[in-house]
Amino acid sequence: MKTGAACVIDGLKKAGVKTIFGIPGGQVLDLFAALYHAPFEFILTRHEQGATHMADGYSRATGKVGCCLVTSGPGATNTVTGLATAYMDGIPMVCISGQVPSHMIGNDAFQEADTTGITRPVTKHNYLVKSVNDLPRIIAEAFQIAASGKPGPVLIDIPKDVQRATMTDAGATRQVIRQGKQPDLKGDPRRIRALADAINKAQRPLLYVGGGVIAGDAARELTALARKAGIPVTTTLMGLGAFPETDPLALRMLGMHGSVPANKAVSECDLLIAVGARFDDRVTGKISEFAPKAIKAHIDIDPSAIDKSVRTHIAVLGHVRHVLKALTPQVRAIRRTPWLRQIHAWQKAYPLTYERNASDLLPQFVIEQVDAVTRGNAIIVTDVGQHQMWATHFFRYTRPRTFLSSGGLGTMGYGLPAAIGAQAGLRDRTVITLAGDGSIQMNFQELVVAVEHDLPVKVIILNNGCLGMVRQWQEMFYKSEYSASQLGQSGRAKNERIRSTTNGYLPDFVKMAEAHGAVGMRVSKNREVQPALRKALAIHRPVVIECIVRPDENVYPMVPPGASLNEMIHSMA
Amino acid sequence: MKHVITALVENQPGVLARVVGLISGRGYNIESLNVAPTQDPNMSRMTIKVPGDDHVLEQVTRQLNKLVDVIRVSDLTGRRHLSRELVLVDVLAPAAKRAEVVQLAALFGARVASVQVRSVTLEMVGDEDTISNLLTLLKPHGIQDIARTGEIAVARGG
Repeated sequence: MKTGAACVIDGLKKAGVKTIFGIPGGQVLDLFAALYHAPFEFILTRHEQGATHMADGYSRATGKVGCCLVTSGPGATNTVTGLATAYMDGIPMVCISGQVPSHMIGNDAFQEADTTGITRPVTKHNYLVKSVNDLPRIIAEAFQIAASGKPGPVLIDIPKDVQRATMTDAGATRQVIRQGKQPDLKGDPRRIRALADAINKAQRPLLYVGGGVIAGDAARELTALARKAGIPVTTTLMGLGAFPETDPLALRMLGMHGSVPANKAVSECDLLIAVGARFDDRVTGKISEFAPKAIKAHIDIDPSAIDKSVRTHIAVLGHVRHVLKALTPQVRAIRRTPWLRQIHAWQKAYPLTYERNASDLLPQFVIEQVDAVTRGNAIIVTDVGQHQMWATHFFRYTRPRTFLSSGGLGTMGYGLPAAIGAQAGLRDRTVITLAGDGSIQMNFQELVVAVEHDLPVKVIILNNGCLGMVRQWQEMFYKSEYSASQLGQSGRAKNERIRSTTNGYLPDFVKMAEAHGAVGMRVSKNREVQPALRKALAIHRPVVIECIVRPDENVYPMVPPGASLNEMIHSMA
Repeated sequence: MKHVITALVENQPGVLARVVGLISGRGYNIESLNVAPTQDPNMSRMTIKVPGDDHVLEQVTRQLNKLVDVIRVSDLTGRRHLSRELVLVDVLAPAAKRAEVVQLAALFGARVASVQVRSVTLEMVGDEDTISNLLTLLKPHGIQDIARTGEIAVARGG
């Protein structure tokens, strides 16, 4: 009979795993021993947080369940941020952690942590495996749970003795997921009918589309509905790519840093159809004034997402793809000329723009150049902050799974490892990560992994010398007192002044890139950007391009915190 | 408003922590909680009494329903249901006062479970209000100790 470790390998094979990200340690040595001869690509990361973000990026780019493997104690606690990131955004992932031997649990053993306790609120489900005979069932179940319904991360904590034990009863696999727990996929036909009626009656309908459409592989069905019924579409950050932003019906992203036409359309529409979206506070602004004139409809697979923050009039619980497929034939092709004319007038009056004739290098310009040079064909992975918002404004997404970003948790340090994971899953695609000089430093060590595994990700650092989004809020709402947001040595508060040993900015990203085995470049002028990008794309190796950009550029438009979507700030002037 | 939530769950370690975590994570204090196996030893019935905002608890109920090892959850508040609680109360009852205490207990249908030299232990099954009434009347006699099961509830069939 097989050992527990061999069962795990078998289970992963059965689940179709091709690539595993992780780091070994004392309590997973048996798993790694079994892995030694297994047919998986193993990617040794430099930090467990990196492993989780790589599994996450792999999952977002490919649609498959990402997989990572870490040791007990600190190995497991280091996964918490990555699990929480995936949990908030509904990304399917299975994380396997080692645990101290069963008889030591609770004894404060070396490298012991209550992993299932710590990860309970940031996983869809987790397991502490108590018997080797349960392993085949648990591994299969974990992948099923991760990918079904609203997807999410699942953690399996396996004590060392269970990894070493020999199976005695292979048949002992009681299925725990009960029939009743399977979500209703098709949606109630009467409610779908009611939604179709509402659409047919609406004068000013609007589709508000979230990551559920991407997770549910329903971009085609959504586009068909929007085009047939002539309904304009706005997407959330997570929904970018679900509808081609080059389409005249595309209003682009809504919310705090959304486009003006999108937010105006929300405020004026008479029917708002949320599809796989969750009315996040960064989307709605002041909740009582969100879509005040609209009948609100919601299509979602997650029963707890319905009526969570906004009461809906028509709720359809089901898989977005099934529901949209049933809905579209029931809606009529109606020309709502006044509404579309209004939309186009807003689009014309309020384009997303910036100071195009600036003499210094602006971050928005760099992103626009990335779009131009890649012709919109790259997978864009971002970190979190100003550059993330500009990446939504100045790159047009036309396909699902081409914009990967930590939406819910807002995890700085996500970008580089997620890009590596995406590239590991899709070796032929161009994967570009945009990062700020703040966020890139949170997981820079993973660049080595890209070099080692010949994953030619391009890292574009928009270096403005500060934690830009923090700086922006301090400028707008905290009297321009830049407490702890300056990464350079000048402009710091008195109590953060440091003895200046160099006059420059630390670290030197070009040297860092080179030290990690990648190519490093630095640009600081407009005319240098395109050539540098072209050169980087021509090199089949990881490249870091540091762009020295204007330090005090702000993201506009902006809905101030607590305000309604109608109260947008267009600039500081 | 007080909510009575009943949950049918897998009889497994960690389930209670998951359920309680979802409630306590919102800063709500569980007033009473009862868990015991059902006729199927693989399943347990939980009854949770928790005060809180109606809308938030509706959300909590939906999220509880999503947990893998929660089989079914319902909020019985405002629905036809039967609820009972058991209390054991030890009250001072020296010989001179014993008859008075026992008589009072009899008015509530409480039973004398045990008699000591200086006290008696009463047991009573009832709804929350009746139990509270009994305790109020026993208080002047000197309550030594109380243990309550917390409310348990089942929905009433049609």
